Order: sequence, then structure tokens, then C-alpha cells
Amino acid sequence: MQMPEPSARVLSQKTQIVTRLREILPEEAVIHGEFETRAYECDALTAYKCPPLAVVLPSSTAEVSAVLKLCHEMGVPVVPRGSGTSLAGGALPTADCVVLGVARLNDVLETDYDNRFIRVQSGRTNLSVTGAVEEEGFFYAPDPSSQLACAIAGNIAMNSGGAHCLKYGVTTNNLLGVTLVLMDGTVTQIGGAYLDSGGLDLLGLICGSEGQLGVVTEATLRILRKPEGARPVLIGFDSNEVAGACVSDIIKAGVLPVAIEFMDRPCIRATEAFAKAGYPDCEALLIVEVEGSEAEIADQLAVITKIARRHNPVELRESGSEEESAKIWLGRKSAFGAMGQINDYMCLDGTIPVTALPLVLRRISELSTQYGLDVANVFHAGDGNMHPLILFDANKAGDLELCEAMGADILKLCVQVGGCLTGEHGVGVEKRDLMFDQFSAQDLEVQLKVKDVFDPAWLLNPAKVFPLVATAARRLEAAE
Amino acid sequence: MKRPVSELELAETVAAAKGPLWVSGGGTRGFGAGNLSVAGLSGIELYEPGALTLVAKAGTPLAEVEAVLAAQRQRLAFEPMDHRALLGTVGEPTIGGVVAGNVSGPRRVQVGACRDALIGVRFVDGMGRVIKNGGRVMKNVTGYDLVKLMAGAFGTLGVLSEVSFKVLPMPEAEATLVCDGLDAAAAIAAMSSALGSPFEVTAAAQIGGQTRIRIEGMAASVAYRCERLLGLLGAGWQVGSGGLWTEVRDVLPFAGRDGAVWRVSVKPSDGPVLTAGLGIAHEVIYDWGGGLIWLLVEDFKDAGAAVIRKRVAGLGGHATLVRAGDEVRAQVSRFQPEPAPLAAISAGLRVQFDPRGILNPGLMG
Repeated sequence: MQMPEPSARVLSQKTQIVTRLREILPEEAVIHGEFETRAYECDALTAYKCPPLAVVLPSSTAEVSAVLKLCHEMGVPVVPRGSGTSLAGGALPTADCVVLGVARLNDVLETDYDNRFIRVQSGRTNLSVTGAVEEEGFFYAPDPSSQLACAIAGNIAMNSGGAHCLKYGVTTNNLLGVTLVLMDGTVTQIGGAYLDSGGLDLLGLICGSEGQLGVVTEATLRILRKPEGARPVLIGFDSNEVAGACVSDIIKAGVLPVAIEFMDRPCIRATEAFAKAGYPDCEALLIVEVEGSEAEIADQLAVITKIARRHNPVELRESGSEEESAKIWLGRKSAFGAMGQINDYMCLDGTIPVTALPLVLRRISELSTQYGLDVANVFHAGDGNMHPLILFDANKAGDLELCEAMGADILKLCVQVGGCLTGEHGVGVEKRDLMFDQFSAQDLEVQLKVKDVFDPAWLLNPAKVFPLVATAARRLEAAE
Repeated sequence: MKRPVSELELAETVAAAKGPLWVSGGGTRGFGAGNLSVAGLSGIELYEPGALTLVAKAGTPLAEVEAVLAAQRQRLAFEPMDHRALLGTVGEPTIGGVVAGNVSGPRRVQVGACRDALIGVRFVDGMGRVIKNGGRVMKNVTGYDLVKLMAGAFGTLGVLSEVSFKVLPMPEAEATLVCDGLDAAAAIAAMSSALGSPFEVTAAAQIGGQTRIRIEGMAASVAYRCERLLGLLGAGWQVGSGGLWTEVRDVLPFAGRDGAVWRVSVKPSDGPVLTAGLGIAHEVIYDWGGGLIWLLVEDFKDAGAAVIRKRVAGLGGHATLVRAGDEVRAQVSRFQPEPAPLAAISAGLRVQFDPRGILNPGLMG
């Protein structure tokens, strides 16, 4: 993976940059020492690391604005950072950048149950948004796996999803408004506690723009009342194809489960060894969860199990209690941890039409043989968002490169069958160079022009999302 | 009137244009007949009920899309409004027109707007270039989300040629709870408590003095939730008849009557605050639990624009002049003016997508 050469001009001005940052921020909010900046050298895509020039931790929108204005004036690239949990390298620094971390912006500003929204500062973690409203019986729906740690700012930047978005949608469907600071320091309000924008849908454009259009410091989020209850059923099959067909039939039947999760045999075995959830040893396993009152849950599960039985499951286990539900979810929730115990892994995020599931799983298995790397699949089947985990050994020379090549082949496959490179993690640096596989040069150019409008100097997270060759001219102009 | 029948021909038409292009689908949403129709780009290109996805050319009649979905007991969940009665227009609404206007109905409050169900677009920009964004899968964060940007851009950034949707199953049953005679504040309080309950209300409106709350789902579940909601809402509420939502969706009480019509989006509890102090004669319909306000006012002078827009801006929200006579139109913009930084961004985007300024020029600002 290639990153651009850092700007010699910016590197040579480090002392002045740090001095001026310290004029506008408290001393402890500017981090610039060689060792201290190391804490920010990567995000959750740990294969790539680079300490930044400096890190700033502003505590208010005004401070964010002052930092951006200064960096704009001095021509310094800025990499915004939420909690650093990106799996795509969205917060990976360059040597010539200032990392702008929003971790200190974590207040709840307003909760309004009558109008069903919460307004928070963007550094607040996903789970603590729900934490702020759950006493009143409400929750914030998007639930990425990293929800204990990940920040709302990062959720907005990546338009994060989660296991329950089949029913509740992803971040963009639950975001009502933002305070956005532009690269030149201008503070803007987009949207608010009301539905839909009056003019162009700039809110929809900001969400998922990977920190390239502005820095979100506050967000107004839709909150929902918690359902009365929820209960999963676990269904095991002796083939991936049959499991895939079952998913499609459940969806067609008109019940809309809140989640349909899929695990294949390698993943089942690994998690079983790790978490001992009591999963059957089978080819494919579905966890289907429904919500409502006890009677509503029973009705929906009756429909689902009837469909499942038509596909001759090897196991069908309906949860009858809280403990049984927790046990069914235990393996799924520890899947990533279990894989991490075995080996290093790369987690992909391509999305495919649900109908292409059997074909894609078969091709992934063939690629696994061809590359000699094991793959485990665990993903959100209801919406086709795959998460193949490719296992490799980071200490073995050439293994990472082999893994990357195989990952690229899988993602290209996702695009070929009508899907996309990333369903919820974002492009970051990881999938940047595959963008030409999904988009024409013209499709990408119009996206670059959008960035030209928000950040004409190309200083915000400039080396991400787009192939470097596509952005070279714009970035070079900024670097001089 | 240009009427291309393929995306390529549409692109050539736009590229060759020497002056403004006024884009239309079915011409039903009050923007006139235009001089470029996309109605010739018609047909459903892909429908996979098991994947909940449908892809159609932009000029496909909405009725055709809805019929194809209904045959599989699925639907466009955002319940797009039909503007014909309210605006006195004729013609056939198209799916592209629905997207261009981000047209959503009462269910928006639960399942989201048109823009939330839209998962992919193809369009022709102001230079005649064909651009695609999004696709046919419901989770997609690959690159910037121009899909959302195109929804509600009213054809000012590009001419839509193809649109893709996430669709949803039709429920087995539907019921509406009704209560007559509540004042606006009481109605909105009742709707808020229903929408804030775990009983998955799919619409909440006050129309013609009646407050209505809709529940949909499996039959037994609808019955159960009706009972729980009746308990929650208290005296005066009862189960109403069927077929109560078309008149809300299409704002039928204001159809065929004199007067200008405003569509206002505010936070629900601000609804009565806004209408109480207007100081002009008006009639009101509340949808989206109070967050969407339809106002019928006298079609005279500025149709109340100065006071309505000032108060809406103060509360947070926006007011769109949906229907008005020529005299009012001549002095009042259709859309709420944006704060300077957002107006600058929007203008900047228009220049990038349509450098010659030929796509519905001036329509949005």
C-alpha cells in the first residue's frame, strides 16, 4: 500500500505549526513529541502505521474551527479521527498531517423524548449515546460491532451500519443534523431536529464522506423506543447454498427480522473452540432475530421456522429465555475475537445482492484454495453485507501481500455480481486503489469535484477514498 | 419538447443543448410541461423480491412500479404522494419524478423518506456525461453518497436516467386509531406518545379535526398493538375505518379549493407554536406526528411567505411553497432560502455538476 510523499514544505515548518497550534489550544491539547504521537500512528487497520506531525484534541466547535482555519492558512493536511476504530485506515495519518481527534467532544447537549432525538458532541461513543437515553426506554439504532469504542464522528464519516440495520437502517437513515466545520474554519449547521432538508441533501452527502468534506463536531440523532422484547432462532444447514436460499425465502415471506446473521463452517469451528456457545458442527448457520411482544415474537418465529424446515435444517434452536438468547448470540459476537486467537486476519466488507450469496461463497472457497489462505465467513446476510475474514501470518514474509491480493480478488467478485467494495467500513486507504473496479473515471471525477467545493485546497484527509493517481494533481497543488 | 428514449440519447440531447432545459417526468408535480421529458426512458430493469431490490428507468410510471411490487406483496415503503389532485395536474407520475422531488408520504415517519429507500442512481450531468452512483445493494458506502444528493435535487444537478430502491414487504394487516376534536397541542402530544411507544406506529396525522394513528403488521400483532395503544392514549380514541391515509398522503382536503399551499417541516412540538402566531387566516393538516405541516392560506400578495419563513427559520426547519398563483410565484421563491454557507456550497455543487447552468436554472436558488 502506497502513501503519498509527505510535503517537504510542511515538514520543515513543524516548529511554527506546533507553536501556532499551542497559541489557540491548551498546552495538553497539542501532542507533538516523537513518542507521544505514536499513539495515533494507526487505527484498527494496524497493518499500516505512520506517526503524524502533530495531534490536536480540541474541546469545542470553536477550537476545531480555529485549528482548521490555522491549518488551512498554513497549508497543512488534516486527518480527522473519532476513536480510531476504522478497519479501512480512514484515520491513518501521513507524516505531514495534523491529526484532529474529537475524543474530548463527548457531551450530551440535548435529549428530547417527545420529538425523539438526541443532540451530542461527535466524539461521544456509539454505545454511550444509547446509554444516555436507555433509562427512558430509548436507544440509538445503528450498532457497529465496535460500538463500545467507536465515536459518532467516525460513524458519520463512514456511514456505519451494524447487525440490526436490516430493520433500522444505517447511520445516514438515523442522522437528522450536524454541525460541520469546513476546512477554512467556517462553522455550518445542516439539518436539525426536523425531517428532510429544504435544499440539496447536504446531510446525506456529508454522511459517508470519510472526513474529506468537513469535520462534524455535533450531531442530532434519531432515537427510537426499545421494542418490548427480542428473541433469536439458530438454524444450521449442511450447505451454504441452502442457507442462502433460506435467507431469501424468509425475506420474500414478508416477515422482516431485525437481523439475519450468517456463519460458515470455519467460523463456526473457530468460535466454538473459543466461546463454547454450543453451536452445531455444520456447513452454515443462521441467527435470525425478531422483535416485539412475546406473542408477536412467537408468531414471527413460527413463520420463520416453517420456512426453515422446508430447507431441511440440521439444527433448529428457538431461544426460550434470556440465557438461551445470549448463548445463541455469544458465538456470533465473539467471532472476530475467536479468529484473532487463531491468526492475524483481514476483514473484508463487500456487499452483494442476497441472491448471489451461494455463488460468491463458492468462489471465495475456490480463491481460498488457490491462494492457500483460510477464509472464514461471518456476515449480515439479510442485506448481503459480507465479512470474509482472510487468515494470514503477519510475521511470515509475503503473507500480508498475498492476503491483500486475495482480498482484492474477493472484492472485485462482489462488484462483478452487482455489489460493491464496502458496505459499512468505508474505503479509507484499504480499498482506495480498487475504486476503478467499481467506478468509471467519470464517476470518480464528479466525486472529486464535490470535494473541490467543500475543500478546494484538498487538505482534509486527502490521501483516502480515491486512487492516488486520480487525486495526484489536486494533492500536489496543495502540497506546494 | 425533446423526448429521448434511451440514456445515450438523453446524454446526447443534454450535451447538444444550447439553452435551458426544463426537465419533466410525468409533469404532475407543478413544474410545468418542460422542454425535456424523460418519460421515454421507461421500464423496470430488475426486480428481485428475495433481495428486496428494484431497478427502473426514470420515466417508468409510478403506477407500473407499484403494480409490479404489489404482485409480490411488496411496496415502496415511503408511500410517495400523488400531487395531481392537490395541484390540479394531469398526466402519469413517474418514478424519476418521485426521486427528483424526494417525495414521501405518511410512512416517512417510520421507514424514512424516498432518499432513504433509494440505493442507486444513474444520471446525465449538465455536460451530457453519464454518471452512476450507489448500486443495487442496500448497504453501500463506496465513495461519496451522490444518491442522497440526487434525491430532492429537482433535476438541478443532473437528469435522472435510472433509479434503484430497497423495497419492503406489504404487511398482512393495517388498522387506524382515531380521535376527534383534539386541539393541535393535544393531538401532537398524543401522536408523540404513540410514536415514542414500542408499538411501531407507521403514521400519525391530524386532518379535518381528526387525529389518526396507523399500525401495520401481522394481523394478531396489529390487534395487540391497537389494544395497547388505546390503553396508552386514553379516552376518546377508537379503531377507525380503513382507507384513511390516501387523503393524508395526497393532502386531499386542500384539493380543488382556492388558496396557496405551503409544506413546512419542523420538529413536531414546534407545529402548534408555528401555526398559533401566524396572524394570517389558514387551515392546517399535520402529518409525520406534527413534523410535517400543510398550510392552506390566501393566494394573495406573498401568501404569508415573510411571516412563515421567518418563523420557520427561527424554529429550525424549512417551508416550501407547493401551490400558488402566478402573482405569488413571481415574488416568492419555491424553497426556503438557505443560510449563506450552505447556499454557497449548494451553488458550488451546481457549478460542478452543471457548469453551463442549463438544468432547471434558478429552480432551487
